[in-house]
Amino acid sequence: MNPPTTTQQGVAVQVRGLRRNFGPQEVLKGIDLEVMPGEIFVIMGPSGSGKSVLLRHLIGLEQPDAGEILINGESIESPEVANKYRLAMVFQSGALLNSLTVGENVGLYLKEHKLKSPDEIARIVAEKLEVVGLKDTEAKMPNELSGGMKKRAAIARALVIEPQLILYDEPTSELDPLSSVVVGEEILKLNERIGVTSVVVSHDRDLAFGIAHRIAVIHEGNIVALGAPEEVKRSRHPIIRDFLHADFKHERPNL
Amino acid sequence: MFQNIGEMVLLFWRTIRALPLTWRQRDKVFDQFFEIGNASLLMVAVLSFFIGGVLTLQTGPTMVERGLSNYVSGIVGFSVARELAPIMMAILIAGRIGSAMAAEIGSMRVYQEIDALRTMNINPINYLVLPRLVAIALALPMLVTFSILVAWLGGAVVAWATTEIDIPIQSFFENLKTMVELKDVAHGVLKSFCFAWIVGIVACHQGLITRGGPRGIGRSVTKAVVNAIVLIVIFDFVLTRLFIVLGNAGILK
Repeated sequence: MNPPTTTQQGVAVQVRGLRRNFGPQEVLKGIDLEVMPGEIFVIMGPSGSGKSVLLRHLIGLEQPDAGEILINGESIESPEVANKYRLAMVFQSGALLNSLTVGENVGLYLKEHKLKSPDEIARIVAEKLEVVGLKDTEAKMPNELSGGMKKRAAIARALVIEPQLILYDEPTSELDPLSSVVVGEEILKLNERIGVTSVVVSHDRDLAFGIAHRIAVIHEGNIVALGAPEEVKRSRHPIIRDFLHADFKHERPNL
Repeated sequence: MFQNIGEMVLLFWRTIRALPLTWRQRDKVFDQFFEIGNASLLMVAVLSFFIGGVLTLQTGPTMVERGLSNYVSGIVGFSVARELAPIMMAILIAGRIGSAMAAEIGSMRVYQEIDALRTMNINPINYLVLPRLVAIALALPMLVTFSILVAWLGGAVVAWATTEIDIPIQSFFENLKTMVELKDVAHGVLKSFCFAWIVGIVACHQGLITRGGPRGIGRSVTKAVVNAIVLIVIFDFVLTRLFIVLGNAGILK
């Protein structure tokens, strides 16, 4: 396991004819899309539309039944890709290792790949935790953190990798509006600072239209809209209109 | 079931191939080793003392009655070293440590921690399975050696303290020395080394294939313990037969 070799920031991601079934259920029905280097690409859609499954394919956690995913033109299934490019994912739950402290979690990549000395790892961990607003939390265990703090710690863990592609799975779910804005700003800042390609899966409309360069809307395993936020907003596709303008229609009885 | 066996053989092979990386994982091996020893030592001592004692109680009075008191320690020592200590300790460790391994790895699987490791290009076999297997393969033979000694002591104390047997502790050990050889202890320890791999592989495999939530974790823990015990008993027979065949052929004396 050698450390990744490329120094350039932001990789291109191509998805070609991606199909995936779980038993008889067809979850992805031939997805085609392209994410440009340095782009923030948001995949939106209702729950159960297949967007998280698509995200897991993008980093090689799932194998497709048909189709391929290319990172800078190389298949994600090639072992070379993991050694050549720095890829990271922020899971919906954070997925911090519960047996390690926050500091150990954040420094895990550097320690396991023996990339830095212990002193240097401690310095980098403190720096990344400060970036996400979690200064002096190194010694805490993950179960001592709130949902929002766990997500920010997971972002710090991803930052340590200095990723060229970072995937976020529902980064604002279970967060209050204020924390959602903080996380959204972190995604933007990271993209501006190191030019990382970001793919964000979310059904949070505010987040998507606040940070995305382009948005894809996925419904029942198909992409039903793809374009800049304004284009998606203007779409007359009934599913998109329903999704973007969903609101309470219940009328309170006059008391 | 057959698919599971295939997957376990593959996991075993991958762990063997990762063995050269053990030194890099030495901190984790030590942690696991400490966990196994710390969690089991007192239990092993109590269990072994009473196994030795009860074996003496079962055999002693009848043998003394027939004028075979010189053989009591031999029978107790021989059966403990070759059979009872390795199999009882393996079952104990399957219940105590195998279940904990399956639960820990299973919960890491369910809560996406293993996926997180994979996205960081950290191989879960090197990081999770290797240290646990090396630790259990080192710890179980040591625990079995300790167990044999404590069981002998238990047998000696019971033989001395029971009026129907009444063999002095010194005579018990002198007779034991003439009947039980070092190779008998070695057979038991060698068996326990194989059992350690069975417990470790079954537990780690069940952890890695865990699906679902807490119920899935519970199912994996139960399967890890039950499957390990079944395999231990089957392999106990196979290894005993193998040792006899090798002994007769003069290869293992």
